[in-house]
Amino acid sequence: MSSIDPEKVKELKRIANDIRVWSIKMIYRAQSGHPGGALSAADILAVLYFHEMRVDPKNPEWPDRDRFVLSKGHASAAYYAALAMRGFFPEEDLLTFRDVNSYLQGHPSLMVPGVDMCTGSLGQGLSAGIGMALAGKMDKKDYRVYVLLGDGEIEEGNVWEAAMTAATRKLDNLVAIVDRNKIQLDDFTDRMVELDPLEEKWRGFGWRVISINGHDVTQIIRALDEARKTKGRPTVIIAHTVKGKGVSYMENTAKYHGKPPQNEEEYERALKELEEERRKI
Amino acid sequence: MNWEYESPRKAYGETLIELGKEREDIVVMDADLSTSTKTAMFGKEFPDRFFNVGLQEQNMMGIAAGLARSGKIVFASSFAVFATGRAYDQVRQSIAYPKLNVKIVATHGGVTVGEDGASHQMIEDLGLMSGLPNMRVIAPLDSNEVRRVIRFVAKEDGPFYVRLTRTALPNLTSGEDEFEFGKGRVMRDGSDATIIALGIEVSYSLLAAEILKKEGYDIRVINMSTIKPIDKDIIVKAAKDTGAIMTVEDHNIYNGLGSRVAEVLVENYPIRMHRHGMKDRFGRSGKWNVLLEHYGMDDKGIAKEMLGFLKEVKK
Repeated sequence: MSSIDPEKVKELKRIANDIRVWSIKMIYRAQSGHPGGALSAADILAVLYFHEMRVDPKNPEWPDRDRFVLSKGHASAAYYAALAMRGFFPEEDLLTFRDVNSYLQGHPSLMVPGVDMCTGSLGQGLSAGIGMALAGKMDKKDYRVYVLLGDGEIEEGNVWEAAMTAATRKLDNLVAIVDRNKIQLDDFTDRMVELDPLEEKWRGFGWRVISINGHDVTQIIRALDEARKTKGRPTVIIAHTVKGKGVSYMENTAKYHGKPPQNEEEYERALKELEEERRKI
Repeated sequence: MNWEYESPRKAYGETLIELGKEREDIVVMDADLSTSTKTAMFGKEFPDRFFNVGLQEQNMMGIAAGLARSGKIVFASSFAVFATGRAYDQVRQSIAYPKLNVKIVATHGGVTVGEDGASHQMIEDLGLMSGLPNMRVIAPLDSNEVRRVIRFVAKEDGPFYVRLTRTALPNLTSGEDEFEFGKGRVMRDGSDATIIALGIEVSYSLLAAEILKKEGYDIRVINMSTIKPIDKDIIVKAAKDTGAIMTVEDHNIYNGLGSRVAEVLVENYPIRMHRHGMKDRFGRSGKWNVLLEHYGMDDKGIAKEMLGFLKEVKK
């Protein structure tokens, strides 16, 4: 296994921390949004946009770019933060999130520079990713397609239609990442629908399966490297994560799936905890 | 009448092949109905640009969106009931909202599907698709028009819904005619009342007008292939000229042609009108032509409905 520059790892951790801080600020200012799933996905987004993906913020529609679909569209705050930090649009615009005059729609929309697919109604992003991956193969382009799914989201039947088809079509340019934070809007996923054995399900559908700690940037990098080396089938990375990661009172609870910090005190505490986390990096 | 009948589905398949030869970026999708929708004709000619995804209408629409987002012109086909009903949310979220270049061409619209019965007879699709922002909706009246419409939607950017019927249709227009998007067309002039029809019901309405002529009524018949955007001018003119309008459609009288025409009349030139078609009930099994007779949607049925309406408005 090739070694990963420790400075790079630190940088990605700081970026993930920034994504979390932005997410909290955006959602608190808007008094609306989904912090739980934004915080759980921050490390994955940091690695994708600041290490893995070939993109050009000055030319967001560059035909050879790697594609990303945030199928769990409610994590839009974290996604927009990553895009802005990567240079697709000004960071100050992040504080217009969900406003009537803003292009930063509640869920990802094609109005936003860098967004490859609009999402929000769960279960559809993997299908769009298949379309992009098929087009890449048809056009003999070497771009790759990444789709980030929520674990609650994969209760949707459309996901498994797509899972079957992606394997049938041998789409090795397609990577699905499941943000396995084990909590959905109403409750813990296993109290709603039993998703386990999740790895076996995907394997049974014909996918290469890699399970990782979704908050360990080194593991995320290595899993994406493995996916690139995998030929003849798509890869799914089951990223085991913590809902609300980084803000203690949001961790492991469904309460903050779709709710902002409830008052100024909660807000300040979230920022303080994230600041402390940053100092440890 | 001495009409030449032709399958609109076959016309669709043939036009896809022509387009496939002309343009590299056209891709076609189906969900295990390609021998019925005739997209299989394209698939045989261009296997690398044909994606039959199996029984996955929802996934098909999502993949169509991804292909379109990557620069392809996508034709996605299934029966009307599955393309618009089963996959409605995918069409809404992944195609209409981002305004992607996907042409949903559905066959088997209406009760004229026949023996398969209500489960397969889609009578709500025009309403479902017309209600979507960014979606344009066309129901060609014959196979010559199918060819023109398919060519038109291929060159126009953005989403379309095109509704075809299962049965062969008489060619009422010639191969040389132009398709005018968003324009209705007077198929037969008249001054006592107007029938506005679409699809298979246009030919029956023309026959009904002949029956009504014997009853002493001079009926205008308008073909309204484009449901959305609808041709306001031709509707208002018909209202002014003839004073009474009846719509006829192989679709529920709610949310289809009748509703669209009613909206135009109420907002612009309120006169009495009457909606004929499937009157808010599901169909049943039977031969397609027997079903049209059963529901009063054949020539005799339409004439009878119009006579009843005229007695009311002209008394």
